[in-house]
Amino acid sequence: MTSASGESAATGQPAATDQPTASDQWRLYEVFVRARRGLSHHHVGSVHAPDAQMALRNARDLYTRREEGVSIWVAAAADITASSPQEKDSFFDPAGDKVYRHPTFYDLPDGVQM
Amino acid sequence: MASPQVSSVDLFEGVLRMADDALILSHRMTEWASWAPQLEEDMALANIALDLLGQARLLLTYAAELEGAGRDEDALAFLRPEREFRCVLLVEQPTVHHFDRLIAVLLTFSAWWVPMLQSLTRSSDVRLAEIAAKSVKEARYHLEHAAAWTNRLGDGTAYSRARMQQAVDEIWPLAGDVFEADEITERLVCAGVLPDPEAIRPAWDAAIDQVLAEATLVRPARGFRPGTGRRGVHSEHLGYLLAEMQSVHRMHPGAQW
Repeated sequence: MTSASGESAATGQPAATDQPTASDQWRLYEVFVRARRGLSHHHVGSVHAPDAQMALRNARDLYTRREEGVSIWVAAAADITASSPQEKDSFFDPAGDKVYRHPTFYDLPDGVQM
Repeated sequence: MASPQVSSVDLFEGVLRMADDALILSHRMTEWASWAPQLEEDMALANIALDLLGQARLLLTYAAELEGAGRDEDALAFLRPEREFRCVLLVEQPTVHHFDRLIAVLLTFSAWWVPMLQSLTRSSDVRLAEIAAKSVKEARYHLEHAAAWTNRLGDGTAYSRARMQQAVDEIWPLAGDVFEADEITERLVCAGVLPDPEAIRPAWDAAIDQVLAEATLVRPARGFRPGTGRRGVHSEHLGYLLAEMQSVHRMHPGAQW
């Protein structure tokens, strides 16, 4: 197959137009894997991908290589609204001294698991 | 074991052909390590390469047992000269730096390999049927991956579409090698070991037509070139590939790690 080989040998390196530019960088997706039926999905990491379908494939190749999962979710990182570290005090500290929210004042019947 | 009327010489040859396809395409894909546009695609390509290498190892091990000449999978992979390799020319074409061409090769090869393995799960040869049952799921994923990229590049920008079309046009003459049959093929088909190559063709046509149509690409009108790889006559590229692939083993014969 001379046309393909000739071009390959002649070119050797990708043409200048192949060089990635900033706008070519793929979006970031967060990956959630369910380890087995009955468990919920857990965040395992992130991948870059041009779209959600490819993100799913990339996640499969990166995060379920060793039979870690039976289901994968991906979500664009930009679509996730997160609490900010600056809000930590007002968000979480007020729960610290409200021990009555923990069900520790009841005697549990035998056989009930916490 | 094989049907009684199949000679182990024929069976060795038949298994070796498929083993070499998987081995050489695997090596071509490992050449992509660190060259893919993103780390994620690097991993995907390496995964596919390792799947193919696993298939090649199962097939080469079986071939070595059929031959019964004291060679093992390593001897077959690393100590045979070019003329003894039986892969089709499609899988030995250089692809590195040409992602479109890699995808075109993976697409046309996998579109054959998937229905081939599906048929082989019903082979009269139990060992081949077992290897096929293990491999067919992997091959389906490879086909999906190649189809997804063909679609993205073909149905992408004008530039990516032109490149993807050119890649398909370039490798097209070599895509039909896999359907070629000789006396060995015919004897193995008669014994129910291999499917009739022509029986695989409609599935290949359907898969290729569907992927190309979705990708807004045109199926090349030209025909296939007569294949020579099954006879051990290769393009100039295989020699260079083997020189690299076999160099470590030849430098350190029998080395283990």
